[in-house]
This record gives sequence, structure tokens and C-alpha cells, in this order.
Amino acid sequence: MAQKKSADAVAHQVSAQVIRDLHERMVRIRLFETEAGKLMEAGKLPGFLHLYVGQEAVAAGVMAALRDDDQITSTHRGHGHAVAKGVGLREMYAELYGRVTGACLGRGGSMHINDLTRGMLGANGIVGAGVPIAVGAAFAARYKGEDSVAVTFFGDGATNIGAFHEGANMAAILGLPVVFVCENNGYAEFTPQSGHMLLTDVADRAAAYGMPSVIVDGMDALAVHRAAADAVERARSGAGPMMIEAKTYRFFDHQGVKGLRHPYRSDEEVAEWKARDPIDLLETRAVADGTATRAELDDVWQRTRDEIAEAIAYAETSPLPDPADLLLNVYSG
Amino acid sequence: MTTTTEAPAVVPNATARKLTYVKAFNEGLAQAMREDENVFVAGEDVAGYGGVFRMFDNLLDEFGPRRMIDTPISEAALVGLGVGAAARGLRPVVDLMFMDFIGVCLDQIVNQAAKMKYMFGGALSVPLTITTASGAGLGAAAQHSQSLEAWLAHVPGLKVVMPCDPYTAKGLTVSAIRDDNPVVVMLNKVLLGSTSEVPEEIYGIPLGQAHTARQGSDVTVIALGRMVGEALAAADELAAEGVEIEVIDPRTVQPLDTETMFASVRRTNRVLVVHEAVTFGGLGAEIAAQIQDAAFDHLDAPVLRIGAPFSPVPFSPVLEKAYVPDRARIAQGCRRLLERS
Repeated sequence: MAQKKSADAVAHQVSAQVIRDLHERMVRIRLFETEAGKLMEAGKLPGFLHLYVGQEAVAAGVMAALRDDDQITSTHRGHGHAVAKGVGLREMYAELYGRVTGACLGRGGSMHINDLTRGMLGANGIVGAGVPIAVGAAFAARYKGEDSVAVTFFGDGATNIGAFHEGANMAAILGLPVVFVCENNGYAEFTPQSGHMLLTDVADRAAAYGMPSVIVDGMDALAVHRAAADAVERARSGAGPMMIEAKTYRFFDHQGVKGLRHPYRSDEEVAEWKARDPIDLLETRAVADGTATRAELDDVWQRTRDEIAEAIAYAETSPLPDPADLLLNVYSG
Repeated sequence: MTTTTEAPAVVPNATARKLTYVKAFNEGLAQAMREDENVFVAGEDVAGYGGVFRMFDNLLDEFGPRRMIDTPISEAALVGLGVGAAARGLRPVVDLMFMDFIGVCLDQIVNQAAKMKYMFGGALSVPLTITTASGAGLGAAAQHSQSLEAWLAHVPGLKVVMPCDPYTAKGLTVSAIRDDNPVVVMLNKVLLGSTSEVPEEIYGIPLGQAHTARQGSDVTVIALGRMVGEALAAADELAAEGVEIEVIDPRTVQPLDTETMFASVRRTNRVLVVHEAVTFGGLGAEIAAQIQDAAFDHLDAPVLRIGAPFSPVPFSPVLEKAYVPDRARIAQGCRRLLERS
């Protein structure tokens, strides 16, 4: 009996650690994104901004199951993935500002943030294009005899494009360690899922390639994490690819922060999803089961706010690229 | 790794070893695979079958299924596999069989492979080699005969090579594999069975260096890929008439060695550019514009271009023959240039 209690205590401690990890990753994404949105509204950022707010549970849940040497490919809504994978906030903001200190030296911008040192193989401006690249990264891992895995993130809309289907079949037939994570937020840009596919569940597409799949509540970080941990472990052990479909929602518009009242979705629908804010859900659970006190959670928000403010100040005071270096890095050597 | 290795010169020698174009390619690839464990080949029917043009014959026997990978017919995923693997430090060689198929994977070539280094702020390189067969002349018709080098040469970040004979095919293939950038190797289908002397050792021909295939004083003919052979044949024909043409083979169309061309133009004062691709918007236009810009005062006549008419490649042999430029049209072009004072 005593032994069982001790095992429960250990399990609780592990779970508490995971919850705190998920919480911190989600708060970092949320604050990074909301501040970026404010900067965009203030006219400080050039280009486009596709915000991830609302979908944090997916990035946090998956990334908490990965190692630093695991690789990810992302989407044009890629800030959340980058933040959760550990890409520096300073380098990310500097990139949004087009500064030379940015993650891409100011050559990529919001849609192309990447960081090789964190296994972040790039956000991607082309819908679905990251899928085959993740397959290649997984191929390289196996070729080199390493046990890292590759995770490719894509939206529901991307599963209508050829690169997704080709990549899924390629990974399956080659038995590669790839985890396919569909962040189904219900909209391909402004077109609802019902307007671009006749399926209810994107996960059904995995069966066409002989790939197992699982559907999870994409607002529940712990549920996403459990599914991801299973799929990653499966891939790492050599059992091949798997797909996770996370049902989630983007709180802001397809691009930018305004336009929430755009007629393509109703206020009721947005409110319904916002009522299940992934961070609120996790905080309520953490406080209820004694994993963390409210004060501890607030402390995470405050620490992160400070870090974000510092990162923005760094970006704003960073130098711009020198036009004389316009041709830098077009070619190697 | 760089491509600065000097290629051994071929000295015409009756007893020297000759290889076909396809075997020279195969030998260069095999040697590059022996040289670097990170080189692997992926493509449709490349391993078990050895490639539809026998480009990959016997490689599965030597290198095994780890390094010779048969893939589904999925060119986008195939090139993407190469991009991801290259980003992780391998040196993939992916085969697109017929060049016409690049339309279905152009995103991975143009938006991913070509831009990745740039968008990573230089933190990685993409040492990807794409091999493919281009060109008309086999009655393969409009979807299996194109020369699309202009599409690719237009994209910053890509390199494009067009070997004109077996010696060049081997050297450019080795350099493409050793190069840290994405390189498209455009083999020519009509040349597959042609032979020339090929050194046995591994060698790379530097990318971005043109080769003067024949020296002459009257007209400079800049010929791409298979047109080098046609231009040399035209040169023989014209030599009998007392006209000496200089034949320049750029070998690499991106990066393009314009300096060698300019120097030749300053000597001959007349230029003809010939390629198999459609003339409109082809590389002949780019080369002509650059020569005009750099050496206008040395020109005794406007730069002349010869290429294919603005039409898909026809099937019927009589039409196809009329479509592709040949030695007769090149010789005729040179005579036209010389008629101008």
C-alpha cells in the first residue's frame, strides 16, 4: 500500500512538471503573439502576420514531447511552433522588424522564421510544402543512424494539396520517423472545412496511406501532449509515421488582428471557442489539482512579459540590414 | 566542399578509353558515392531497375538499398525528401527522369531548395543534386522532350548544368554533387549513347566556367548542351568555305561565365547563340542582352539567336527535325552574320 502511494506521488510529480512545462510554453506563445499583433496594429511591422493565438495547446503539447535534436517543419502560422521549440524571442521579434539580428538576418520575416540549432526547419509560405521536407529530415536521421524524429505541422486546408499526400505516402512507404500533426482550426484561410473537403475528420486521410491516426482536443494541451508523446515514441522506435489531428481554433483572423467580425464566421462561434481558451483550461486544472497556485501561474505570466518586453526592445534597437549585403547567402561558397 | 578541382584535360588519343554519355554519368556518380558516404540516390525506378535510361545501372549492387532508393511516382515528395535530407547534412541525388516532370515539383525546387539557405540567414546549405533528361529528338513528343533551362536559370539559388558530351557529363555531375548548392544536371536524351574519351579517375569540372570547344576568328557561336556538337559540325562545314568559327560551351548556364563570351566577341565581332529551347524568353535573349551591354562597340552585326519555334515539341519525326536547330541552321546563321559588313 505504501509502495502504491509512493508511485502515485511520483506520477503526480511528473504530471505536475509536464503541466508547468506546457503552461509556460503556451504563455510564451500567447504573449509573443498578442504583443506582435499590437506592434502590427501600431504600424511597426512590415509584411504579413498570421497569428497563432488559440492554437497554443497544439504547439506546446507536441514540442514538450520532443528533444532539441528532433526536427519540425511549420506553416505560415509558425510563430507558435518556433516559440515552443525554443527559438529565441529576441531573434524572432528582430526578424518581424526586418532587422539584421533577426532569425533570418531580416531576409525571411514572419512567414519564414527558422532556427537550425533548435531543429526548427522553417515556417513556410507555401501551404503544405513543409510536409515532404520533414520526410527528408526523417530520412536523414535514419540514414545517419540517429534516433531523432521529424514532426510536420500543417492545417486542414493543406491536406488538399499534393505535397501533403505525396509526403504522407512517401513517409509511410519508406517507414520513416515522421509525426504528421494536423492543426485543424476549421478554416483554410477564410473557407470553412465544409467548403473545402467532404470529410469531417482529416485524420481519415491517414488511412489512405496505411498510417494510424488519432484525433485529440486541440484546446487541451495535456491531451495533445499524451498523443504526441505516443506518436513520437512510436516513430522513434522505428514503427513508422503516424498522424495526429488536433481540433483547434484561431482566435484572431487569418491574417492580422482585426476582422474578427468578418462575416465568414459568427460571433457565437468565436465566443464558443474562446470559452475553451487552452491556457484557461490548463490553469483551471492546475489550480484544481494542486499542481500550481494562482500566484505561481501569475509569476510565469509576469516573467514572460518581462522577457517579451526586453526582446521587443532588443529588436527595436537592432540595426537594419546593410543594403550592400543584398546578395548575401543566395549561394553557398 | 567546393568545385574548384581542376578537370584533367582530354588529349585526343586513339588508344584512350571511350565511354558513352550515360556510362560516364554513371561512373562519375558511383565515384562520388564512394568518395562521400553522405551521397545517396532517390528516384523512380533508379535502384531495382537502374533507371529508364540506364543511368543508375549496377549502383544498387554496389551501394545497396540504403543508398539507392526507389520511391513512389511523387516528384514533389521526392524533391522535398532531398531538400530535407540536404538540410540535415546529406548530399542527395534525386532523379526526375524526364525534365518535363519538373512542373509537378517546381515548388520544392524554386520555393524550397533554392531559397532555404537565404531564408536561414546562411545557417545551412542545400547540397542537393537533381538529375534529369532533357531535349527533343527521340520522338517522345511534347511532354517528354522539353529543354526548360531558362525556367531554372532564372531562379536565384539554383545552378544548372548542361553537359554536351560524356567527358563533360562525368565532370559536371561530380561537381554538382560536391557543390553545396542545389544543382540541376540536365542530361540530353539524344546524347545518351554518344561516346568520347573519359578519364578513369574522379574529376570535377568547375561550375560557372565556359569551355572554348573550338577556336576561330570569324564568328563566335555560343551553344548550349547538345547544340555544342551541332555547332562543331557546322564549324567543320564552314572551315571548308574558309570561315573559322569559335564555339563556346558555357557548360553551366547558371552561373553563366559571360567573361569568356565577351572576350571571344571582342576577337570575332560576330555572335550567334544557339539552344534547343524555344527562342522566345530563352537564354539566348539573356546572353544577347549581356553581350550587347558589355561589348556593343565590338559588334559588327546584331547578336543572332537560333532556337526552337514557339511551339510545343512535335511528335512526327519530320516535324521534330524541323523543330530542333541543327548544324545546317547554325552554318546558315553564321553566313548571315558574315554577310553584314
